[in-house]
Amino acid sequence: MAKINANTHFEIDYVQFLDHEGQPLPDAPRPSQADDLERLVALYQEMVRVRVFDKKAVALQRTGKLGTYASCLGHEAAHIAMAAAMRPEDCFAPMYREYAAQFYRGVKMSDVLLYWGGDERGNDFADAPHDFSWCVPIATQCLHAAGAALAYKLRKEPRVAVTVVGDGGSSKGDFLEAINAASAWKLPMVLVIVNNQWAISVPRSAQNSAQTLAQKGIAGGLRSRQVDGNDLIACLNVMDEAVAQARAGEGASVIEMVTYRLSDHTTADDARRYRPDDEVEQAWQREPLKRLRAYLMAQGVWDQAREDALEAAAAEDVQAAVDHYQSMVTDQPQPVTAMFDHMYAELPHDLAEQRAYAERYPEDAGGH
Amino acid sequence: MSEITLIEGVTMALARAMSEDDSVVVLGEDVGVNGGVFRATVGLQERFGADRVLDTPLAEVMIAGLCVGLSAQGMKPVAEAQFCGFTMPMIDHLMCHAGRMRNRTRGRLSCPMVLRFPSGGGIHAPEHHSESPEALFAHMPGLRVVIPSSPARAYGLLLAAIRDPDPVVFMEPKRIYRWQKEAVEDDGEALPLDVCFTLRDGTDLTLVSWGAMIKETLEAADQLAQRGISAEVIDVATISPLDMDTIIESVSRTGRCVIVQEAPRHCGVASEIAANLADAGIWHLHAPVKRVCGYDTVMPLYRSEMKYMPSVRRIVDAVNEVMEVS
Repeated sequence: MAKINANTHFEIDYVQFLDHEGQPLPDAPRPSQADDLERLVALYQEMVRVRVFDKKAVALQRTGKLGTYASCLGHEAAHIAMAAAMRPEDCFAPMYREYAAQFYRGVKMSDVLLYWGGDERGNDFADAPHDFSWCVPIATQCLHAAGAALAYKLRKEPRVAVTVVGDGGSSKGDFLEAINAASAWKLPMVLVIVNNQWAISVPRSAQNSAQTLAQKGIAGGLRSRQVDGNDLIACLNVMDEAVAQARAGEGASVIEMVTYRLSDHTTADDARRYRPDDEVEQAWQREPLKRLRAYLMAQGVWDQAREDALEAAAAEDVQAAVDHYQSMVTDQPQPVTAMFDHMYAELPHDLAEQRAYAERYPEDAGGH
Repeated sequence: MSEITLIEGVTMALARAMSEDDSVVVLGEDVGVNGGVFRATVGLQERFGADRVLDTPLAEVMIAGLCVGLSAQGMKPVAEAQFCGFTMPMIDHLMCHAGRMRNRTRGRLSCPMVLRFPSGGGIHAPEHHSESPEALFAHMPGLRVVIPSSPARAYGLLLAAIRDPDPVVFMEPKRIYRWQKEAVEDDGEALPLDVCFTLRDGTDLTLVSWGAMIKETLEAADQLAQRGISAEVIDVATISPLDMDTIIESVSRTGRCVIVQEAPRHCGVASEIAANLADAGIWHLHAPVKRVCGYDTVMPLYRSEMKYMPSVRRIVDAVNEVMEVS
């Protein structure tokens, strides 16, 4: 009987450079990213800023000043690496907690607060005009990124689409369909799986029994790698390469960044109901800021004085964003007509009638 | 007999149905260990085991498709979609398979499944968590669509939905999940899936609504009563099939009708009721039928959602218009 001569064996790289204490692993090859200290310091600062922001956002929700909020605690290295590998003209299609990436690409802290504060103006993204907005229906953004990448390819533009999905989202058809589309057309895109081990209460092990999520890309014919998502240097190494390959016309990659959701799923969730405390405590030992800080200090480019100054400056930036957010929603709230004005390029006559009717009830609280 | 909330009525019906029929399985995202994001399935996995309360991988298309397969092969799946917005990818399996399996196979296979999910706005939830898509499901042949608005109706209608031999979309108005408590006996008594509930008798006009808007509709009826206007209030509850007999009988006595829905107006269930009134109830009407609805816009984010949903004032204003016609 004839056998199909197919390459049915595969290996998935696991890329890591720093150990949990910030020491280079003895056997790991040293990527060039490890020596770009100026870049690493800049990105470390972004990671600290987003952590300060995140803590404040959770506090705002707890005091009733913000709606449900999805924390990014523990994902900082994974998120910032995606954006750091991109150019401004590229396109980012996020899910809903990649604030570090978004800030790097020009989204304002106050945008994030407005969105989770229930105000559509948070989607303005004035300084990240190509990027998609937050995408709450899980994994649908993967296909939007594939469409964006197809647009760039058809127009022969050297641009790349980067999208991100969670371990849960990798179970959805949209994700697999995006892999397939990227493979069929050799699209300039990167699909990142931020595997934070938990899809709300459902652990990674319950999504499927594959050893890695990265290998889902193998069946689609894409380069697929796994990386320590708490190791910024390793994440940059893998992302830089994947984005460069996509831009060079060499097709798409799937990258699984292995990290941990140190927070609840959102502020509406209570992870203590389903997740053991000691697992979370252990995950804190692997968190991304500590090891990068130790590495930068060991390289002589960071110290406690700079750390203190950064935290103070970040707190000021965050407070300014909070003040702006609160003045927007308090002093300049959206009028009732705002819900009509962006439905179509031109307001149709029937909606114009409803808009006029709505103006008679500008402050009505329905549902009360 | 204990006093329970609407969502506890859901939980009680699920437990009852599972205890009396081994083929009933509950599945969905976070329904097992976590007991559901709204706690609707709390305690069920402990009681009935992980083989009957399944935490699924995160994939709504998969959940809907699995339900078609499970139900066509002798199981009674009761699936939870976490929020209304996440049911959109499930429409493929509902429209193309669940709703037509019986007809397609001339009765050989059928899909006795229930898809239940929280719907509607008003709890300050994020995007895609606050829509009222009942008209989408009501437009699909072969499905039943049910929306309870009280603890007792949640219990009785969900039991009926699970026992029904055909697919049922069971929408739970999450804004009133914990609005009122009511004594409900866990007696296994189901309610009919094709009859409206008259919540209040009246003589001057008929107010028709369903789901969470029943709350504002009853409040409007209270305000009108203070002004000497007697409003009959009907909870449609079963959107498909629609019990027009009860509504037309009421309108035949009152001659006036205002329909209140949270969903957008265009091609909504209120429009279907109004069309039926124009068809079979026109000779009873003394005034135009008015619809008070959500706007034909995207459901706004939470800071504006209350401006979107019909208010008591909007309902009363519509009633005033109707009452002015002599």
